[in-house]
Amino acid sequence: MDLFEYQAKKLFADHGVPVPTGKVATTPDEARAIATDLGGRVVVKAQVKAGGRGKAGGVKVADGPDDATAKASAILGMDIKGHTVHSVLVEQASNIAEEYYASFLLDRANRTFLAMCSREGGMEIEEVAATKPEALARIPIDPLTGVDATVARQIAVAAKLPEAALDGATELLVKLWDVFVRSDATLVEVNPLILTADGRVVALDGKVSLDENASFRHPDHTGFVDVSAVDPLEQKAKEKGLNYVKLSGQVGIIGNGAGLVMSTLDVVTYAGEEFGGQRPANFLDIGGGASAQVMADGLSIILSDPAVKSVFVNIFGGITACDAVANGIVQAVKIVGDVTTPLVVRLDGNNADEGRRILTEANLDVVRPVDTMDGAAKLAAQLAAAAA
Amino acid sequence: MAIWLDETSKILVQGITGSEGRKHTARMLRAGSTIVGGTNPKKAGTEVEGVPVFATVAETIEQTGADVSVVYVPPAGTKAAVIEAIDAGIPLVVVITEGVPVHDTTDFWAYAKSKGNTTRIIGPNCPGIISPGKSNAGIIPADITPPGRIGLVSKSGTLTYQMMYELRDFGFSTGVGIGGDPVIGTTHIDALDAFQADDDTDAIVMIGEIGGDAEERAAAYIEAHITKPVVGYVAGFTAPEGKTMGHAGAIVSGSSGTALAKKEALEKAGVRVGKTPSETARLMADIMRSF
Repeated sequence: MDLFEYQAKKLFADHGVPVPTGKVATTPDEARAIATDLGGRVVVKAQVKAGGRGKAGGVKVADGPDDATAKASAILGMDIKGHTVHSVLVEQASNIAEEYYASFLLDRANRTFLAMCSREGGMEIEEVAATKPEALARIPIDPLTGVDATVARQIAVAAKLPEAALDGATELLVKLWDVFVRSDATLVEVNPLILTADGRVVALDGKVSLDENASFRHPDHTGFVDVSAVDPLEQKAKEKGLNYVKLSGQVGIIGNGAGLVMSTLDVVTYAGEEFGGQRPANFLDIGGGASAQVMADGLSIILSDPAVKSVFVNIFGGITACDAVANGIVQAVKIVGDVTTPLVVRLDGNNADEGRRILTEANLDVVRPVDTMDGAAKLAAQLAAAAA
Repeated sequence: MAIWLDETSKILVQGITGSEGRKHTARMLRAGSTIVGGTNPKKAGTEVEGVPVFATVAETIEQTGADVSVVYVPPAGTKAAVIEAIDAGIPLVVVITEGVPVHDTTDFWAYAKSKGNTTRIIGPNCPGIISPGKSNAGIIPADITPPGRIGLVSKSGTLTYQMMYELRDFGFSTGVGIGGDPVIGTTHIDALDAFQADDDTDAIVMIGEIGGDAEERAAAYIEAHITKPVVGYVAGFTAPEGKTMGHAGAIVSGSSGTALAKKEALEKAGVRVGKTPSETARLMADIMRSF
């Protein structure tokens, strides 16, 4: 889960990382009130989960409350790379002497953590890495010992931060590491990390990605979820405990196991090429225990998507037995009721013959059993095209 | 021979008293696995499916000579369980648990490394390892395929089952599910290397999916070190950027981790890559018939 800047900065502040004083506003009037409280010059920053906000005109300095109101009014509602701005962060303007870059992240390839730090801040770090690789220090961090003041100073020195910033950066990096570890983050990034004219080191921006697998030990993180941005069907699926991702096509997909479902999306896309470009409408993994209720929940979510013209139920019975899945499908059709969208069903593996027999005997008009995955994908794409 | 697991393997189950541990202990026993014990500090002295429960991994090893541990403990306890297994010096730990925080996995991987990597870790979030007809450690159904001479390594559980099913006429030496998390213990490369050295394996199926660059690195390894035929499959060509597709590690970030890049890297290394699981199985069947 990626956080907004204002959420990232709240986590930073909670762990003692210095950030400018500020608050989030969703209306120009709120922005005015915050600017009045803060006094002096403020910065109004669009809160969207996309880079390049400054270039897009989403970050503006304002002289006082009136100007902040005007700037907020211009920024709110703006579209930045496909993201609508619903809120702005209004914070005290900083007197910037220099801009740097610092981050901690999960290094998947090396199965460890990585610190990245540079004297070149404020621009996209990918650009620094490409154009001035020598300016970007990359220091692997031992997860068992982490980042103490000694390691933090090594990072700052490796990044060639100037003497004047070393103490401040060292202190900030130790606290930023705390944010990374204690929040179960996969990325904490500060760009720019600034040295102010009066010699303080401050996180002027913040980007944080949290590991959703760790949410069980961070009940407070649920507050970070941006409910407005969640697809309503994805939200509904989540409430039912289903692993569903909305896609843009016409063929609804239900399968068991993430790899098999990903593969099903691909196979349907290939098959769909023959039928005017039919594509998968969603990813839905119903997991190992495909009970009738789980099947019904999944089916009802998929069928409530008006784009869906056919459904492909692709099950390999490993631990799950296909006869149980078949019974689940038959009952699910009854539970959902009024199903008119064709369901192409492919059952293989554990008790597949029995499963197929159950489907045949149930004699449901909408259910179309097919023996192979490729054949079923083809029929599902064909039926979707015919219904379009 | 098979790799890492055979008829001499003595399995212990961490989390044997939980519902998953109990269910899969029964299944593994039915598959012919030798299960010598399980652990639960609060239920030592009891039995599950006739298997004695001990307090600790160290005690289980001491009493039974266990040399493989299968971990079914819930995510919150997984890191401690794996570290306990490493401390007890077990050669192989298979972590089935799904939903382990990536910081925990990174921590126990670093811990295993600090102990000289004397414990091989498979997983987490994986279906385990099976050497058909010999032993089964994890949740892979044992009745899909008989023993044979194909080796399989896969990030995905159900695609493993699908591939074993399609190639059941040939059979498998060992199938290893390495899991779909961003950080895992055993990699494609580790398995490829072991299959290359295994006298009972003639050819290898490698299944990958979007996210990370493990397949690309495996491709480079194959080009340099693997002489046995390898057939590949990659899932997730149509996955949108920035969305996690079921497995925590299955995500395309920007232009990295795409299925296309993986397929191209594998093909460049001489691996025949199937467009669908069934086509992949046909490519492997052709190879097996040519021996």
